[in-house]
Amino acid sequence: MDTMHYFRVLVVDDEKDFLETIVKRLDKRGIGTEGALNGEKALELMREKRFDVVLLDIKMPGGMDGIETLREMKKIAPLTEVILLTGHASVESSIEGMKLGAFDYLLKPVKLEDLVTKLAQAFEKKEGQDQKIRSAKIKELMRFPGRVFQQEKEEEK
Amino acid sequence: MIEGKRQQDMETSRYTGLQRKIILLTLLVSLAPLIVLGATIYYQFAGMYRAKITQQITYRSRGLAQAVELFLKERTAILCSMADTHHFNEMIDEANLSRIFEIMNSRAGAFVDLGVIDGNGRHLAYIGPYDLKGLNYYQQPWFGEVMAKGVYISDVYMGYRRLPHFIIAVRRQEKSHSWILRATIDSGVFEGIVKAAQVGKTGDAFIVNKSGVYQTQPRFEGRILTKSKLETSSFGGGTTGVEKKNSEEKQILFAGTWINHGKWLVVIRQGVTEEMTGLFSTRNMEIAIVLSGILAIILMTVFTTRMTISRLRAADVKAGEMNAQLMQSDKLAALGKMAAGIAHEINNPLQVIVEKTGWMQDLLNEEELQQSKNIDEFRTSINKIEEHVERARKVVHGMLGFARKMEPHMEDVDINAVINQTIDLLGNYARINNITITSELSPDVPIIAADGAQLQQVFMNLVSNAIDAIGKDGRIDIKSRRMGPQIHIEVSDNGPGIPEEKQKRIFDPFFTTKETGKGTGLGLWVTHNIVEKMGGAVNMRSEEGKGTTFTVRIPIVIPEKK
Ligand SMILES: Nc1ncnc2c1ncn2[C@@H]1O[C@H](COP(=O)(O)OP(=O)(O)O)[C@@H](O)[C@H]1O
Ligand SMILES: [Mg+2]
Repeated sequence: MDTMHYFRVLVVDDEKDFLETIVKRLDKRGIGTEGALNGEKALELMREKRFDVVLLDIKMPGGMDGIETLREMKKIAPLTEVILLTGHASVESSIEGMKLGAFDYLLKPVKLEDLVTKLAQAFEKKEGQDQKIRSAKIKELMRFPGRVFQQEKEEEK
Repeated sequence: MIEGKRQQDMETSRYTGLQRKIILLTLLVSLAPLIVLGATIYYQFAGMYRAKITQQITYRSRGLAQAVELFLKERTAILCSMADTHHFNEMIDEANLSRIFEIMNSRAGAFVDLGVIDGNGRHLAYIGPYDLKGLNYYQQPWFGEVMAKGVYISDVYMGYRRLPHFIIAVRRQEKSHSWILRATIDSGVFEGIVKAAQVGKTGDAFIVNKSGVYQTQPRFEGRILTKSKLETSSFGGGTTGVEKKNSEEKQILFAGTWINHGKWLVVIRQGVTEEMTGLFSTRNMEIAIVLSGILAIILMTVFTTRMTISRLRAADVKAGEMNAQLMQSDKLAALGKMAAGIAHEINNPLQVIVEKTGWMQDLLNEEELQQSKNIDEFRTSINKIEEHVERARKVVHGMLGFARKMEPHMEDVDINAVINQTIDLLGNYARINNITITSELSPDVPIIAADGAQLQQVFMNLVSNAIDAIGKDGRIDIKSRRMGPQIHIEVSDNGPGIPEEKQKRIFDPFFTTKETGKGTGLGLWVTHNIVEKMGGAVNMRSEEGKGTTFTVRIPIVIPEKK
């Protein structure tokens, strides 16, 4: 874990006992973690702060449906990787989630080691993406200064 | 099992009951008219025959009566004409009388003697073998009768030479006095006429007088001049047929005609049996035809009913099996849905337990707690919790294993290759337990579009179940072949088999006979679901002590051309 870069994770789950504990445990392992009990709260947090990876429970009763939350998240932060967590074999939702750009999905109960591995993979992917975009931006900037903003906007769609 | 047997017995008796009903009804409907027809023909025939026979013997009796009557009339007529053409004085001259006697006999014959009797009953002249001259007949009853009526014919009597005779006497009225011409007639001649009518084996003809005494010798039973058993009063005025049964219970028909002014009865007797032989053979033929008809109907009815019933039964069994299979599928689908729901409800608490114990473990690693004297106890407890959470997780994930892969990933699959992979994967494990796995894979099995991983899971489940069932030392046979639009794969083992009462439940989720922790009871359930999703079916045949065969039928789905 020492080799791992410091990264920020948002966990969204309506199970309070789970949420509290997972936040504490990830924090302890050097992963800056915050928790949200529902979709609205999560989106609020994402608007305020930047997260590298989101762990999203897609079967949350009441409020926003997991998939809907995912869609909104991708709008707010398209580069943030989302890992779906489900207690249910809701294949349809999982597949839809993957289509919407989720990194992967995990079936509860998940061991912390497995979870951390997945989070790290997601973070690496995101970093790679970031890297590519950054270098692309630099290239653009050098060739056509002033078009960078435009391109960024296109990507967000 | 006993339940099942009882039910089977009940089913069997239901079918045999139905069969009996159909057979009885069909037989009733088809045999009743045949029997009625047969009986009608039978009795009709008999009636017709009897009528014919009666008519026949009536004719015969009338014919005979006419012949006898003619004979009597002829003799009477000759006597009359002789009396009428001669005077009393001529007649008592025996030379004259002798000449007349000769003329008479040359004309008609059968006259034995001839005599003349005057009005006072004195026998004045006589020609014949007996010495009758001089006798006086005045006191004889016939004398009175002939004097009164003019003609008299006596009953038959035994003459002096022990020969049957009878007398004809006629009266001649000459002016104021009358005399009688009397002749004895040899009834042997007369008997000849009657005997000629005794035909066939049982046919008889005879004459009796009013009181039933035989006037001629009958062919059977009785002698001339003895009383017959015939009730003469039962014969009416004309020619009448009478039916009688004799001692041997045989039917005998009689027909009688009165002659000689109602003094004699000419009787024709005929045993029915002989005359009826024609009828009997016809009757026997009719009975034979009707009986063979009945036999044919019975055989056909039984045969066709049996066939119908067995077809019906087969159809019922098939329908029953299909129903059972549908019910099984429905049940499994419902159970699957429920299991998925339960899985969700269990997974969330499991996740919390995992996190909480994880947290506890994290904390145990902190400096201050390392010194606690119970630290090892805590560690073991936490490990145990984790172990059992893992166990629960396996069950739930196993249950969802199928559901999670509901959307099969289609690819080109060579089923034989998948089977071979399975054998490779499990081969080692089998070898350790001294279990031989052989395969007989038909090259006709085509490449199909299917989810290879799912099929792998199916064969893994079946083969590993077989290995588990055998335990040690045994063999497993895997066969694949193309059967029309399907591929059939058979996995057979020579393990202990599955007891009948458990056979129905093996596809149920969580049904296992293995030790806790070893079996989840999900293998066959998942197998069933996968195969059913593919449009196929899994079946099991098992005999206790012999082994078990699972058959997987998979429809051939041709892969799309790329
Ligand atoms: N080949 C076999 N021979 C005998 N019994 C079998 C065989 N296959 C399955 N069974 C029985 O069916 C039960 C259910 O099998 P399965 O659904 O695969 O669950 P599990 O293997 O976990 O017990 C087994 O426990 C066993 O009793
Ligand atoms: Mg099994």
